[in-house]
Amino acid sequence: MTPEEQLAETVRVEGARVLATLIRTLGSLQLAEDAVQDAAVAALQTWPRDGIPGDPRAWLTVTARHKAYDALRREAARPGKELAAAGGAALVAPDLAPEVLDMVEPETVVRDDQLRLMFTCCHPALAREAQVALALRTLAGLDVAAIARGFLVPEATMAKRLTRARQKIAQARIPYRVPPDTELPGRLASVLAVVHLIATESHAPSAGEQVVRVDLEAEAVRLARLLNELMPGEPEVLSLLALLLFTAARRPARTDAAGDPVPLAAQDRSMWDQAAIAEASGLLAEAVRRSGGVAGPYQLQAHLSACHSTAPTYAGTDWDRIVGLYDLLLRLSANPAVALNRAVAVTERDGPAAGLAALDAISGMARSHLWHAARADALRRLGETGRARDALRQAVELAPTAPERKLLSRRLAEMAPR
Amino acid sequence: MAVYAALLYMPEGSDWMTPEVREEHRVFGAAASQMIGGAAALYPTATATTITVTGGPGGDVLVTDGPYAEAKEILIGLYLLEAADLDEAISWAARIPTAWHGKVELRPVLPIGHRPF
Repeated sequence: MTPEEQLAETVRVEGARVLATLIRTLGSLQLAEDAVQDAAVAALQTWPRDGIPGDPRAWLTVTARHKAYDALRREAARPGKELAAAGGAALVAPDLAPEVLDMVEPETVVRDDQLRLMFTCCHPALAREAQVALALRTLAGLDVAAIARGFLVPEATMAKRLTRARQKIAQARIPYRVPPDTELPGRLASVLAVVHLIATESHAPSAGEQVVRVDLEAEAVRLARLLNELMPGEPEVLSLLALLLFTAARRPARTDAAGDPVPLAAQDRSMWDQAAIAEASGLLAEAVRRSGGVAGPYQLQAHLSACHSTAPTYAGTDWDRIVGLYDLLLRLSANPAVALNRAVAVTERDGPAAGLAALDAISGMARSHLWHAARADALRRLGETGRARDALRQAVELAPTAPERKLLSRRLAEMAPR
Repeated sequence: MAVYAALLYMPEGSDWMTPEVREEHRVFGAAASQMIGGAAALYPTATATTITVTGGPGGDVLVTDGPYAEAKEILIGLYLLEAADLDEAISWAARIPTAWHGKVELRPVLPIGHRPF
């Protein structure tokens, strides 16, 4: 990272922390975002010249607050009620002394506000794609262009999505608070799903050319770490962080020198990040201790990931345990993608005939390239080369990204007809 | 506080005027009386007329028979609920019988002067 990038990173991360508190004090997401944006611009102009202040966060907090109150005063001086019509409650500039504007909140207040922001961004009244965009914009501090690139949509589309989400929060009055205990499990599940989606989208993009989008995977880990700091000891939060770290640990081995994807079976395990795997194992052990014997969906997925991360080789993986874990996961929700992974594990444990039977028993996967590729693998092992090639051809046709198409085409070329 | 219109949708062809359903709404109305600023039950969609004006104010008035959208689910009535925020409105909407007989759509009400509260 160059010094300029380091500086921009500091401004982004600290700005996101400042934003959470400003939203609460101003009561307006839009106004707070604009103020933090203005403060960030000011920081990037003055810090390289005058040096980074001793407490960058305090500098950004105070500057953003002054920018916000300047904006409020300008609005108040304007004739008419354009502001209220623009979709917010009528905002009034409070008459505050400069000393009040210059006070910095204690750390505990900042943390509470960040947790509020998490739950507001992930409120079920917002569409899932809006939740994800809002979380990356406000909690991770990414700009609209970066989020749009991350999800391969035009910047204008992403900007509109964010505007609509902010309007819904303001007009429908989505509250800025941590939900009460009775609603917490359901609401937390929504937060976890958003963080998980950011991570899975980053290493298995559903469209486009790139295999690894390093930024989004790192952002998901960062958000999971933040959530784990804000809600310490919450088993499913610990489990999600463990799951993301297990997956991120394989990143160096997940693509080859040409940038093409390498399947788990062919990955060079010596390239896996052992420090990340050790940290993930520790987090998972704590999740198990705290969950009182009832494993949630993320704990089960973390156990699955742990099985792979600690296996000496692909063949030496504990497939029996993996099949058992998928059975438990299927009991929580009948998801065809989980059933597919289970069938792949059955192929490894019981052989290709049993695996093929398990694959053919899954309905609703005819449009999935992964299902056809898994069938092709089982058929190849059964010596049914012709049918295996047919299945692979369908997989190539359905593969959503260029690198996946390339991988499957190469496999097809290697499987010469007899 | 904000005002929400809880719009009640039921599958077309269902009967929302049976004594049982009316009793369920009476129970909800009694429980939520502090939150309700108005309520209406609508006659079946066969009685509906949809009006469209094309070309802006004073333009051609197009009157058609039937509800606006020929959908599988139709608007059968509404409550006006006053709640502090969306979460409180959702918790009340979830108690409206139509939430289980059909669907309830919550829409924040734009303050335009004719406030029911």
